[in-house]
Amino acid sequence: MTMPLSEAGLAVERHWRELAGRRRLYTAGGLIFLFIALSGSLWFANESNAGKFFDRLPHFFDFVDQMIPRDGFEVWRALFDLPSPYDDGSLKFDYPDGRMYIFGSFYLPEYVYKMLETINIALVSTLIGFAFGFLLCFLAASNLVTQRWLRFFVRRFLEILRAFPEIVIAGFFLAILSMGAIPAIIAVSLHTIGALGKLFFEVVENADMKADEGLRAVGGNWPERVWFGIVPQVMPNFLSYALLRLEINVRASTIIGAVGGGGIGEALRLSISRTHEAKTIAIILLLFCTIVAVDQLSAWLRKRLVGEQAFGRGE
Amino acid sequence: MTSLSMSDMQSIADRHPDVFTGSWRKSLSGWAVAAGLVAYLGFAWWFFAVGAVLAGGNWGIAGTYLADWVSYEVRPQIDFRDDRLDISYPRFASYRADRHPAWLSFDPPAATAAAPAANKAAASLVTVEIDGRNRIEITPTSVRVSRGEETLDIAIVPEKSITVAGTLPSWATQKAPGEKITVDFGFAGSAQIDADDVKIRHRFLGWENFVFDANSPFWGKSTSEVFSLIVSGERLDPGVSNAALAWDNIVNNSEWQHGDVWTKMLQTIVMAFVGTLFASLLAFPLAFLAARNITRNGLVNQVAKRFFDFLRSVDMLIWALFFTRAFGPGPIAGISAIFVTDTGTFGKLYSEALENIDDKQREGMRSVGASPASVQRYGVVPQVLPVLISQSLYFWESNTRSATIIGAVGAGGIGLKLWEAMRTNSDWENVAYMVLLILIVVFIFDNISTALRQRLIGNKASH
Repeated sequence: MTMPLSEAGLAVERHWRELAGRRRLYTAGGLIFLFIALSGSLWFANESNAGKFFDRLPHFFDFVDQMIPRDGFEVWRALFDLPSPYDDGSLKFDYPDGRMYIFGSFYLPEYVYKMLETINIALVSTLIGFAFGFLLCFLAASNLVTQRWLRFFVRRFLEILRAFPEIVIAGFFLAILSMGAIPAIIAVSLHTIGALGKLFFEVVENADMKADEGLRAVGGNWPERVWFGIVPQVMPNFLSYALLRLEINVRASTIIGAVGGGGIGEALRLSISRTHEAKTIAIILLLFCTIVAVDQLSAWLRKRLVGEQAFGRGE
Repeated sequence: MTSLSMSDMQSIADRHPDVFTGSWRKSLSGWAVAAGLVAYLGFAWWFFAVGAVLAGGNWGIAGTYLADWVSYEVRPQIDFRDDRLDISYPRFASYRADRHPAWLSFDPPAATAAAPAANKAAASLVTVEIDGRNRIEITPTSVRVSRGEETLDIAIVPEKSITVAGTLPSWATQKAPGEKITVDFGFAGSAQIDADDVKIRHRFLGWENFVFDANSPFWGKSTSEVFSLIVSGERLDPGVSNAALAWDNIVNNSEWQHGDVWTKMLQTIVMAFVGTLFASLLAFPLAFLAARNITRNGLVNQVAKRFFDFLRSVDMLIWALFFTRAFGPGPIAGISAIFVTDTGTFGKLYSEALENIDDKQREGMRSVGASPASVQRYGVVPQVLPVLISQSLYFWESNTRSATIIGAVGAGGIGLKLWEAMRTNSDWENVAYMVLLILIVVFIFDNISTALRQRLIGNKASH
C-alpha cells in the first residue's frame, strides 16, 4: 500500500523521472549513433578492401593451411639454419645459407642475428632518447625554469617529436642513407626523445623541492641544484620509464624494419609474402619469445626500481 | 656554492667517518656504468657501421628533399637553335608552349626563323626574372646572368661551344673550360647553362596547384574569380554546373589526389574505430573469465590471461602482415590486426580493473538473493564501466597512430599511400600534406577522447 506523496514529494518524483528519461534518451541516442557509425564503417571498409570479406574468408583458411610446415622439425631447422631434407634448391628451404659464422664453425643462425640487430636498434634508440630526453626535461619543468618562453619552446619541440609519424622520419632517412638500420635508429630515437622527455618533465614537476631549496640556500647554481637536488629523486622513475620505452621500442623497431629498416621485421615480411611457412613460424616464435622475455625482464627491473607503482605508456 | 676549507672538511670527516667510507663502491659503480655505456655505444657504432653509412649518405640531396616539403620548382628549358630559341617545360607541368609564367618574358622570333616543335615556343630573346634582383637574358648567341650588382657574360655557339667572358664569380661553377656552367641563386633556384640549352629551376614557397591542377579550367584564377564563376558565372562545361565541376576538379586533382588521400585517411580512421570497438566488445566478457575475484576457477583465469598475453605479445605488426596476406591489402586486414592485438590489451586492462573493484556492492546484491547475472550487472558493471570505456577511448586515439604505421606494410589506409609517396623520392610535398592531415586527425581525436574521458571519470584521466 503506497502513501500518497506530498506536493514536494511529487515535484521530486517528477524531476527524477525527467532526469531518468533524459539519461535513457542520451544512452539510446549514443548507442544508435555508435551503431550507425559502425555499420557505415564496416560497409566502407569492405567496399574499399582489395577483396570482399566474405569472398576472402575461404582464402583466409587456405592461407592458414599453407602456413602449416611439412613436419614439426622444419620450424627448428629454419630457426637454427640446419639443412632440410626437402631442400630443392629454392629459397624456401635454403636454411643453412643464412648462417653468420662468428669464428671457426661456430655460427649464429640468420634469424637470431637479425633479432639481435633489432634488439640493438631498440637499445641504442632508447639510450639516445634517454640522454636527450634527460637533457631537455629539466628545461621544460615549471618548477625549475621560470622563463615561460623557454618552457613553451621545449615542450612544443617534444610534442612535435612525439606526434610526428616515425615512419616518415624513417622513410626520409632511407631515401638519404639507403636501406639499413640507421634510418630506423634515427626514427625511433627521435620519437623516444619526445615520449620520454614528456614523461620525464612530469616526474620532475612532481619532485620534492626541499632538496632544491637547501641547495639554493647555500648558493648552488642551476646545474648543481638539478644534479644534486632533483636527479637523485627522479632517477628511479626515469629508469623505469626508459625500461617501459624499451619494450615499446623493440616492437617499433620491428615494424620499421618491415618497411626497410632491416632486422627481423624485414625477414618476417619477406617470408610471409613468399609463403615460406617454416621460416615464418620460426621468426614468429623467436619474436614472440623475445618480446615476452624483454617485457618480463623490464617488469622485474622496474619492480626493483620503483616497487608496484603503475605507469602510463606515454605514447 | 659555499665551499668549506680543507681543515673543516677534515674535521667533519674525522667526526663522521661512516659518512665518508663505503661510498667508494657507489662512485665506482657509477664509473662502471659509464664505461659500460661507452663500450656498448662503441660496439653499436661498429655493429651498424655508422661511420661508413653516414659517409655514404646522399646528403646533398637531403636539402632538396626537405625544401620539397614546402616549396616547388618551375623548370623552363631554353634550347639554342641557329636562328632562334625554343622554350619548353617538362611534361605534366603547369606551363605549356602557349602558357608561360609571368616572370618569363620573350620577344617573338625573326620572321625567317623555322617553326619549332609543337610543344615548344620560339623566341629571339628570353628574359627570366628570378627574385627581382637576379635575371637571366638569353639570345641565340649569348647568355647574360645578373645577380645583384654582378653580371656574368657567356658567349654561345649553339650546340658547339660555350665561352665565359672574364672570370667566373663565386656563385657560378664550371668544372672545366667549355663545360656546363651552374649558376646558383640560393633558395630561389639555379640555372644550368650549356652549349645546347639553358635549364632554369625557379623555386617558390608553397604547394603548387593544391586546389586545381593545370588541366582544370579554374587553374590560375584568383579565389574571387573562382567564387564568382561558381556563384554566377557562365557554365564552363555545358553538361554540369560550375560548382560540381569545381568540386570534381578538386577531388580528382592529378597532382594531389585529394579524393584518394581523403578516402585513405577515412580508411585509417575506420580501421582504428572498428578495431578498437570490436576488441572492447570481445574483451569485455572474456575479462570476467580472467578476473580472479569474479570467476573463482584458477584454471580458467590462467587460460584467459595467457590467451591475452599471447595476443598482445605476437605484436600488431605480425598480425598485420598475417591478415594482409590472408585478406588482401586493405582496411579489413588493418581492422583485424588492431582487433586481435587490442583484444589482448583490453583483456588484460579490463581484468585488472575488475580485480580492483569494491566487493561491497556485490555482497549487497547477493544478500538480497539476486541471480548471478544480476549480481554482475548491478554489482560490478556500474563500478567498472566508466574506467573500461575510458581505457578504450585512450586506445582508440593511440590506434589511429598505429593504424598509420601498419598501413605501410599493406594493411590499408593512408600509411601505404604515404609510404608509396616516399619511395618515389619526388613527391615530398604530398608526404608533407598527408603528414599534416594525420597530425590534424590525431590532434582532433586526442581532444575528443580526452574530453569524453574527463566526462566519464573526472579529471583523474589516467595514462
